[in-house]
Amino acid sequence: MKETIQFRLNGKPTKLAVDSDRMLLWVLRTDLSLTGAKYSCGEGFCGACTVIVNREAVRSCQTPVKTIKGKDIITIEGLAKDGVLHPLQQAFVKHDAMQCGFCTSGMILTAYALLLKNPRPTLKQIIDGMDDNLCRCGSHTRVLQAIQTAAEGMKGAVKR
Amino acid sequence: MKKDANPDIVVDKAGAASSLSRREFLKVVGGGIFIFVTYGEELAFEEPARSQAARPSLPTDFNAFLRIGEDGRVTCFTGKIEQGQGAITALPQMLAEELEVPLSSVDIVLGDTDLCPWDAGTFGSQTIRSFGPALRGAAAEAREVLKELAAEKLNVPIDRLQAKDGAIFDKTRPQTRATYAELAQGKKIERHLTQKPALKTPAELKVMGQPQPRRDALKKVTGEAHYAGDLRLPGMLYARILRPPAHGAKLKDLDTSAAEKISGARVIRDGDLIAVLHEFPDEAERAMTLIKAQYDLPDATLDDKNIFDHLIKAAPEGRTVAQGGNLEEGAKLAAVSFDETYLNSYVAHATIETHTALVSVEGDKATAWASSQAPFGVRDEVAQAAGISAQNVHVISPFIGGGFGGKTRNTQAGQAARLSKTTGKPVQVTWSRADEFFNDTFRPAAVLKIKSGISNSGQIVFWDYEVLFAGERSSQQFYNIPHHRTVVRGEWGGGRGGGAPSAHPFSVGAWRAPASNSNTFARESQIDIMAAKAGMDPVEFRLMNLNNGRMQRIIKAAAEKFGWTPAKAPSGRGWGVASADYQGTYLTTMAEVAVDKAAGAVQVKRVVCAQDMGIAVNPEGATLQIEGCITMGLGYALTEEVHFKGREVKDLNFDTYQLPRFSWLPKIEAVLLDSPEVAISGGGEPPIITMGAVVANAIFDATGARLYQLPMTPERIKAALK
Ligand code: FES
Ligand code: FES
Repeated sequence: MKETIQFRLNGKPTKLAVDSDRMLLWVLRTDLSLTGAKYSCGEGFCGACTVIVNREAVRSCQTPVKTIKGKDIITIEGLAKDGVLHPLQQAFVKHDAMQCGFCTSGMILTAYALLLKNPRPTLKQIIDGMDDNLCRCGSHTRVLQAIQTAAEGMKGAVKR
Repeated sequence: MKKDANPDIVVDKAGAASSLSRREFLKVVGGGIFIFVTYGEELAFEEPARSQAARPSLPTDFNAFLRIGEDGRVTCFTGKIEQGQGAITALPQMLAEELEVPLSSVDIVLGDTDLCPWDAGTFGSQTIRSFGPALRGAAAEAREVLKELAAEKLNVPIDRLQAKDGAIFDKTRPQTRATYAELAQGKKIERHLTQKPALKTPAELKVMGQPQPRRDALKKVTGEAHYAGDLRLPGMLYARILRPPAHGAKLKDLDTSAAEKISGARVIRDGDLIAVLHEFPDEAERAMTLIKAQYDLPDATLDDKNIFDHLIKAAPEGRTVAQGGNLEEGAKLAAVSFDETYLNSYVAHATIETHTALVSVEGDKATAWASSQAPFGVRDEVAQAAGISAQNVHVISPFIGGGFGGKTRNTQAGQAARLSKTTGKPVQVTWSRADEFFNDTFRPAAVLKIKSGISNSGQIVFWDYEVLFAGERSSQQFYNIPHHRTVVRGEWGGGRGGGAPSAHPFSVGAWRAPASNSNTFARESQIDIMAAKAGMDPVEFRLMNLNNGRMQRIIKAAAEKFGWTPAKAPSGRGWGVASADYQGTYLTTMAEVAVDKAAGAVQVKRVVCAQDMGIAVNPEGATLQIEGCITMGLGYALTEEVHFKGREVKDLNFDTYQLPRFSWLPKIEAVLLDSPEVAISGGGEPPIITMGAVVANAIFDATGARLYQLPMTPERIKAALK
């Protein structure tokens, strides 16, 4: 059903007339031209489409837009602030934590939500938190290093 | 979006779409100094001849070129692409090195068919090994041209001149200098690299061999890196393609009425291509689910269990690829003989990005952006599908979300071209994950038979190896064996570059390090079996049976890093070793595993990989590739296997097809050894090829159970433990 939906997107109030049964991934990628969230499995198995909804990492391919009314959405495009990369982004660059980069947005945002909840995670907690995000290129070792570096650097101040 | 501009590269348009002579080409491009490069490359994909003949906008007598512009910037144009392997970083390093310019002043244009000369594609670790030296040569040549220009301009004899930091100066009076920009100003100079200019010696290298961060990292962490599916054109439509339930299924009945009721959905049937188009991709997908299609299923009985018997029966005549001595003599020398058969399963490429293409056909011209390892293949595919000349197709390569050999056929680009032609609009085709699994050119299943024997003192005396369907690469053993023969029956591409040879129920093709994963698994397992029987430590057994100093050195390097101490297997420690030679790169991998015998589960705890690739151009990049290969390799070692029945592919998403995860990660350590005396070779593939054997050997060391089939699933491990 087409309806007007309001939410905050990367800090800005946003209003959109849209069929509210559609999945957030496609609305972001087409209606809103934010293509950082990727389509890969379409069924919630890989995490490439991850975005932040009210401080939680969600799989946007499984999230109907009607469920985000009034909520706060952050996509990879909105993580840097005033032209300064978020510490997680900086750490991913520093550790070369990507190869093809197709999983990278989802990795960074999943880690972001993880650190919001648990700013000083152990390695084991990071692994558990990231385990359902898939990467075919095998960047895992670097992703873990990057998340650890970011967590240390932020000293608990995770918010973008 | 401007059609002639890839957002990731900034260059001026080099020429109109027609085949130019080099002279005409130079007329249409701006000023500067041009060096044209030709290099021989193994045509791993048996490109049809027309591809090379029909280069569009460039002369035909070179494969790549570099330009020093009037602004002093250096640009390399090559048909290679970046799929995560780091060419975008390593190639500029090589250029900067020989040309004596800061790395920051080097641009690289990849995979644009109007700007870059023809190239077969990016695979087989060829980028650094084959193209690299040619590019370095071109840069060295350019440096000499600049010196000649400077000698004239500064009026200084050429032997007093030196190049540094993008300028040429007089060694005796360094203030007498001219920058490359000044020298290139108003010039139009061309050179075709014919004889090989002297490259720097390894000791002289300053930029190569230094770790460099990825050039594309910033774009990839901000979401600004654009892949084919991220591109938008005005008026474009998104398409989903109808997938049959099985390979060889024949469409009997089609009802698209419900799909067509979706507002804005358009169903197109063009021969065997049935697609739903919509201005929103998810609406196209929804409409697709409403299509009712009836099929006649093929009469097929093969499945993932009986396939191996079938392959043994279907194997074509053999080809002897290596032999020495006399096998009968060898057998007489053997105190103990071995006769083993190893099996390897079909595996999927499973790149996180599915095949995607955006194509806009306008009249007799087309522009295409595709996730492809072979942009010139896309060009031909689009031309054929749209019924236009290849010269009128411009392919621009966006970032590619992983390839591993799976993105060399360009079916999706052909589909988009047909649909664009029919609708008159730009069309983006994105394969669903299920389409991706179904249409994949899997790594072929293989049967590997080795008969071998050792003497009383543990010398390998004969080796009789028969390779069924894996392919030739890495099949030639490198041990010091007096009597040996290797026979290859069937190739990994079925001899048709990714086509479907009749022996397989679906298409097979190159998968990261084609053939080598299977061959290395068999060879290094057999070596371990013999070592155990001889009562020797598997590392000592290998060293004793080698007379190849470079290989011995890399084994010792791995052993030192790993802290290997000799013991006969099974020692209970869960340690394994495997060595390999891949296209000139030597490596040895050692691993430690823990096996939960009740569950049949394996945790790989630690992996050391020592690699000698001549010189690692970007050691940071090489280390990344080692980590990536080891992690990816755990998949085919432990879980990855395509299940199928009667030409129906059962694994269509990541719920049943299990990729390696964070919780599987071993501690990974890389050791890079240089061999400056040998040619530089690639590193994007070798470290994956030892993973099957090293884990199998470590499982044996932990438990005494020998696994003969990959992947080593819990069921197979439990069965082997019985
Ligand atoms: S695309 Fe959403 S989880 Fe894979
Ligand atoms: S970097 Fe390629 S999928 Fe993760």
